[in-house]
Amino acid sequence: MLIKELTEVPGIAGREAQVRSYIKDKLVGEDLGFSLDAMGNMYARHKAGDTPHVMLASHMDEVGFMVMGYDPGGLLKFAPVGGIDLRVVVGKKVYVGEDKVLGIVGAKPIHLQKKAEQNKPFSRQELFIDIGASSEEEAKRKAKIGDQITFATRTEYINEKVMKGKAFDDRAGCTAIIEILKSKPRINLTGAFTVQEEVGLRGAGVAASNVRPDLAIVLEGTTASDVPESPEHRYSTTMGQGPAITLMDRSFLANQHLNKRVAELAEKEGIRYQFRRTNIGGTDAGRIHLVEEGIPTIGLSLPCRYIHSPVSLLNMDDLQGMIDLVKTILEDIAEGGFPLGKNY
Amino acid sequence: MDLKKFIASLSNTPGISGMEKEVSQKIVSTWETLADEVEVDTLGNVIAWRKGKNSNHPPIMIAAHQDEIGFMVNEIDKEGFVRIEPIGGIDPRLLPGQEVVIWGREKVLGIVGAKPPHLQKPEEREKAIPLDKIFVDCGEKKESLTQKIRIGDPITFNQELEWFNENVCTGKSLDDRAGVASLHQALLELKGTQPEIDIAFVATVQEEVGVRGAITSSFLLKPCLGIAVDVGFAQRPGQEKELSIEANKGPALGIGPHVHPDLFSRLQGIAVENDIPFQMEPSPHPGGTDAYAIQMSRCGVATALLSIPLANMHSPLEVIDIRDVRRTGKLLARFCLQADVEFVEGLTCL
Amino acid sequence: MEKIIKKLTETYGPSGREDRIREVIKEEVSGLADEIRTDYLGNLIVLKKGTASEETRPVMLAAHMDEIGLMVTHIDKDGFLRFTNVGGVGPSRLVGARVVLPSGKKGVVFHEQLKELKELDLEKMYIDIGAENQDEARKHVTIGDIAIYDQPMVSLGNRLVAKAMDDRIGCAVLISALKELKNNHNDVYFVFTSQEEVGIRGARTSAYGLNPGLGIAVDVTMTGDTPEAKKMDVKLGGGAAIKVKDSSLITSPLVKDMMVEIAEKANIKYQLEVLARGGTDAGAIHLTREGVLAGCISIPCRYVHSPAEMVDLRDVEAAVALLGKILEEKIDF
Repeated sequence: MLIKELTEVPGIAGREAQVRSYIKDKLVGEDLGFSLDAMGNMYARHKAGDTPHVMLASHMDEVGFMVMGYDPGGLLKFAPVGGIDLRVVVGKKVYVGEDKVLGIVGAKPIHLQKKAEQNKPFSRQELFIDIGASSEEEAKRKAKIGDQITFATRTEYINEKVMKGKAFDDRAGCTAIIEILKSKPRINLTGAFTVQEEVGLRGAGVAASNVRPDLAIVLEGTTASDVPESPEHRYSTTMGQGPAITLMDRSFLANQHLNKRVAELAEKEGIRYQFRRTNIGGTDAGRIHLVEEGIPTIGLSLPCRYIHSPVSLLNMDDLQGMIDLVKTILEDIAEGGFPLGKNY
Repeated sequence: MDLKKFIASLSNTPGISGMEKEVSQKIVSTWETLADEVEVDTLGNVIAWRKGKNSNHPPIMIAAHQDEIGFMVNEIDKEGFVRIEPIGGIDPRLLPGQEVVIWGREKVLGIVGAKPPHLQKPEEREKAIPLDKIFVDCGEKKESLTQKIRIGDPITFNQELEWFNENVCTGKSLDDRAGVASLHQALLELKGTQPEIDIAFVATVQEEVGVRGAITSSFLLKPCLGIAVDVGFAQRPGQEKELSIEANKGPALGIGPHVHPDLFSRLQGIAVENDIPFQMEPSPHPGGTDAYAIQMSRCGVATALLSIPLANMHSPLEVIDIRDVRRTGKLLARFCLQADVEFVEGLTCL
Repeated sequence: MEKIIKKLTETYGPSGREDRIREVIKEEVSGLADEIRTDYLGNLIVLKKGTASEETRPVMLAAHMDEIGLMVTHIDKDGFLRFTNVGGVGPSRLVGARVVLPSGKKGVVFHEQLKELKELDLEKMYIDIGAENQDEARKHVTIGDIAIYDQPMVSLGNRLVAKAMDDRIGCAVLISALKELKNNHNDVYFVFTSQEEVGIRGARTSAYGLNPGLGIAVDVTMTGDTPEAKKMDVKLGGGAAIKVKDSSLITSPLVKDMMVEIAEKANIKYQLEVLARGGTDAGAIHLTREGVLAGCISIPCRYVHSPAEMVDLRDVEAAVALLGKILEEKIDF
C-alpha cells in the first residue's frame, strides 16, 4: 500500500534521496517528465497542452535526528533535525542511517532518578541511542557522524478509517500528488516533491522558482488538536472532518478570492472540508507565494493528531477528500472557472 | 601579501555589519594583485574573479564574511555617557571593562562602564549586568562629545591582533576575517594555474545580522555551486564535545541539510588525497552561515560549509591557529582546480 | 493633511484584506499619476514619470496600507468569537478595546475570568458582538473574518491620535509628496504595500517586479520620550527620523548621508534613528535581487500597535518636505 510504504521510508531534511527514488519508482511509466534540482527537490511534470500550469507541492522530509557523536561505551549522541518535542522520544525504536540500523532511545531508569528529577523532562544531553554496540569503534562502524535517525514506526490501520504511522507530515501529501498525477488531469501539472520543509521551509521557494506556475497548491499535514485538555476554540483542525483550507499561518495569509472558490467547489461537489483555524506553524505556501513577483497559492492541510511525534493518526477519508478536492480544483481551472488572474 | 600580515591587517580594521567599507578597501587592494578582476556590488560584497577555461559556465562561489559584530551609538545622555545598541549577537557579560573605539567624525576612545559594585545591592551583584545598564564613557561632556560623534556611529572593540606563538593568535573579528584569509590563501595557491570553471571569491557583508550580503551576491552570481567558509567552536572547558571542533585539526566539513552530500564527499576525498587534515562538524540546524542563503538562491544551489576552529567566538579576544586557515585555503584551491562541468552536472542528475 | 490622515486611519484594511483602503488611496491619487496598477499580493503601484532624458533606474517609495487585526477562528454556542492575531497584537492593549468586523458589526474584546493579570493571553480572550447565540452571531461574521480597532482619529493640537497611524501616516506622506511633486528626475513608483504587519511581504514582491535603483520606505518608529521609556534618541516633534538601523535594515551610509545632507541643506528638521527591534518595507527592498540601496524616513509614533497611536504633525510635514527634496535630485548610485 502506497501510503504505508512511503511513510516507512526514512528521510529527514537533507536526506530525502530514498523517498525521492521511491516516489519516482511509483510514477515511472506514467508519461511524466522528471527532473531534480541542486537542493534535491524533484519534479514530475504532466503535460496537457495549452492550459494554465499548476504546481502541487508536498515535502518529502520528516522530522528526525542526526548522529552527533559517540560515548566511549558505544552509545550515540544525537540532536533533533526539525521540531520534535524531546519529551516524547524516550523509549522509542529508531533506525540509524540509510541501512536502517536498529536503535533505541534510552535514558537513566526511573529507579536511579531522584524524586525531583522525575518531574523534569529529559534534556538532549541525558538521552542517548543504543545500537547494541559495545565500543566506540563498533559504533563508528555502524553509524557515521551526520547519519540520519528516524522513528522505526510501522504504518497500519487501527480501525477501518484511521491509520497510525510516522511521517504522515508530509508523505500523505506526497501520496495525494502521486494519485492526482496518475489520474492525468486535463491541465499542465507539476508535482513538486520538496526538501527541507521541517528545518525552515527551505526547499519550496526554490521549487517555485524552477516551476514558475500560474497557481500553486500546497498539500500538507497539520495538527489536529481535537484531543482532551484542549478547548474547542483552540482546535486547529479536527480529524475526520475533511481537508482543511488554510486561512493563515505564521508564513502565509491565504488569498480570500482563491479560498472562496475552493470552498464553493467543495460544497458543490459535496466534499467535506474545514478551515485550518490557527496562525501558528509555517508551510511551504509561505515561501512559494512570495517568489519573484508573487505566485497565487492555496494551502490545503490534512489533520493529523500527534504530528511531529513517533506515531500520529490520520483519517483516510480526509486524505481521499483532499485528493478529490484537488482534482475538482484542477477540473475547474481546465473549465476556466477558477479566478486565476494575478490582479486584484 | 603574506597570510599572517593579511589576517592582522583585516582583524585590526573596523567594519561592523553594514559599515564594512574600510575592510572592503583593504581586501580589494590586496586581491587586485591576485585575481583577474575585482568588483564591489551594491551592498558592498567584494567579488574577486579567477577566470576559468570554460568561461561560459556559471561560476563557483566561495564566500566568507568580512563584517564583524559591534555596536552603534544609540543615545548620548545629558552627562555625555553613550548608550549602545549591539549589532550582531554579543554576550553583555564580557562588556564591562572593555576598551572601544567610536568611529565618528573623528576616532573617539571610550571604555565600557557600569554602576560600581560598591553601589550595587547584594542581590544585584549576583546577577549579570544587563545591556541597558551598560554605557560607554569617553571622559567627555555632551557638548564637546556631540561635536565628534552622532547617533548611529559604529563602535568596535579596541584590540590589536597579537601572536601567542608562531601559529596561534588572538584578536577581534577573526569571525570571519579568518575565513576571508582562507580565501586569500586559496588565491595565493591558485597563482599561475587556471581552473576549468570561473571562481568567484566573495567577501560578503552583513552576515552577522542575517546573512544579507550572501543573499544578494548569490542572486547576482548565479553560481553553479557554493562553498561558505566560516568559523566553528573550538573545544573549550564546559562545551559539549559534539558541538565543538578542535584547533589545529584542520577545517571542519559541515554535514547537514545545508550541505549537498556529493559536494561533501568530493571535499572529503580531496582532503584525503592531499593529506590535508580535516574534521567533521554535524549541524542539524541549517542557519547562521552564508551557506544558508546561497543554497536557497534562485533555482537552488549545491552548497558546502567549511569551518575554521575558533575559540571565544563573538568576543574581542577570539583565538585561531593560522595552520587551520592555511589548510582551509589549500583545500579550497585543490577543489577549484578539480571541479569540472561533469561534476557540476552530476549534482542534479536524477 | 489632517483630513486625509483621518480618512486613511479610519478605513478598514488589515493585512491581506486591503481592498477598501486600497480603493480610498486609489481615489486620492487618481489624476496625479501616469499609471496605477495592483499586483497579486494586493500592492497598489502608482507611477509618476520623471524628467530624465537618459536611462535611469526608478525610485521606489513604500508605505504599507495594512494594519494589525484579529482573525475570527471560532464562534461558540453563546455567540462569542474567539480569535487569533494578524500581526503584532498585544493582549494588554486589547482589554476593553472596541473592534469592528468587515460586515460593520461592532464588538468589544474581553477576557475569561483570570486569577492573575499575567495569565492574560490571546487564547483567553474573546470578542463580544452582543449576539445572544451562535446563529445570531453567524449573521454578522464568518470564520476567517478579520476585526480591527474601532476608533476615530482625534486631534490634540499638533499631535494626532488614531488607530492604524502605523502606517497610514506613511501613506498620507506618500500621497502628499505625490501631490506636491514637480520635476522629479527619475521615475518614481509610489507603492502602497500589503501584508507588512505579517512579515514585510508585499514590499518584497513589488520590489522584485519594479527592480528599483533606490528604495525609500516611510513608516512609523518608536520613541524614547515617554516616562521610563526604553533608551532611544527619537522624540515626537524632533523632526523626520532618518533610519540608521532596525532589525531588518542597516541603512547604507550612502543613502543615510544623502538624506542628512539634503535635510541640512533645505533646513528640514530631522533626527537619526537607531531602532532595536522592528522592521520596515526597506528591509525587504534592500535584499531584492542583486541588492538595492534602500533607506527609511520614519515618523516618530508613541504607543505603536495600540488603538491610540500618536504622531506629531510637524514631523509628518518634515517627512513630506524631505521626501520631496530627495525626489528632485538626480538619483544615480
